[in-house]
Amino acid sequence: MSEAESYDHPDVVLCPGGPMLLRGDHVVQDSDGVAHRTTRPVSAVCRCGKSQTKPWCDGTHQVLPAKLRPA
Amino acid sequence: MLTPKARGPLSQAVNEALAIAPDRVDVPDAGSAEDAAIALWTLYELHYRGFDDVDDALEWHPGLLGVRRDLEQDLEDRLRSRWTPYTPTGDVGEELFAYVAAHDGPSLAKHVQSQADEEQVLELFRLRSIYHAKEADPTAWVVPRLSTGPKAALMELQFDEYGDGDPNRLHSHLWALGMDALGLRADYGAYIDDVPPEILEQNNVMSLFGLHRRLRGAALGHLAAFEMTSSMPSRRMAQGLQRLGLADAMVAYYAEHVEADAVHEQLAARSICGALVAAEPSLAGDVFLGAFTCLDLEDRFARRQLAEWGVA
Repeated sequence: MSEAESYDHPDVVLCPGGPMLLRGDHVVQDSDGVAHRTTRPVSAVCRCGKSQTKPWCDGTHQVLPAKLRPA
Repeated sequence: MLTPKARGPLSQAVNEALAIAPDRVDVPDAGSAEDAAIALWTLYELHYRGFDDVDDALEWHPGLLGVRRDLEQDLEDRLRSRWTPYTPTGDVGEELFAYVAAHDGPSLAKHVQSQADEEQVLELFRLRSIYHAKEADPTAWVVPRLSTGPKAALMELQFDEYGDGDPNRLHSHLWALGMDALGLRADYGAYIDDVPPEILEQNNVMSLFGLHRRLRGAALGHLAAFEMTSSMPSRRMAQGLQRLGLADAMVAYYAEHVEADAVHEQLAARSICGALVAAEPSLAGDVFLGAFTCLDLEDRFARRQLAEWGVA
């Protein structure tokens, strides 16, 4: 790979079967209307709905059956 | 930190060489795996923070580097003999997740979550402290060995390990706060004389992978497997500490890892290892050597510790 090429670096990444990665400083409103500010350069937002630390991912999607994991 | 206690004739000879800095270093064969492991750990430590009782200049002493090289060769041969070679054929990130998910081993975190008593948990922290006091440091060696894509991806993760620029959030500092709150020693390498060979090998492997440019693929595969097996176990650890009413500062350390490592596992597998293999396809196999080694060494430590505690 050439060192002179440009690279993909999206602000939002939907991880197959997992969370949504969010790059940068944002405020995420959860399903109860509560606002949560990001605290790190990249944050993982829960997409499976089962996280115990919503709106952030806690890895719980890993133990869900495939059909319950986000696309 | 002072030089660790010798555990046999080889580590004794290494300690003596560190004390007197002879022109030539001749060492006997290791008396045991433990003797070799503590000798190698000691030699590696010269590249991190060193020892109060050793001249800093010995980091690059040719005789000591020769001893280190022989011990590293034995270690690498052993790691490769344990591994069934695997080369991914599709998306590296997806295959890493599948590879780690297919691995089944004993879990110390499950024991802590539901059964461990306070004494066992404190013992576990003393043993884990050898790594957590230098958390993320072995991987930092890899940064200058990478091309643009994987280098930027690795720094995105490492920056978070190092507290995003805030020393109060540095992961190894959060660990030190937890140790202090539990009444344990928070100083660097404090419990090195207490740790079993499995812990020494876990730590030596991270230094081996980090310090050899040739093994950069294994270093990043190890990182990916480490992060992928951290988020949920960290939640179990936090729950176990709360069950036992142990210090909030250590609960906070694990709570941070639940959230951070849910991000880091995605970055490590997809951004970092994905970008590495895209840039250097020949390293794909080593990525999985590193991932396997991480899982295998944790299994070995967990089996030992659970047996020590009389847990089936």
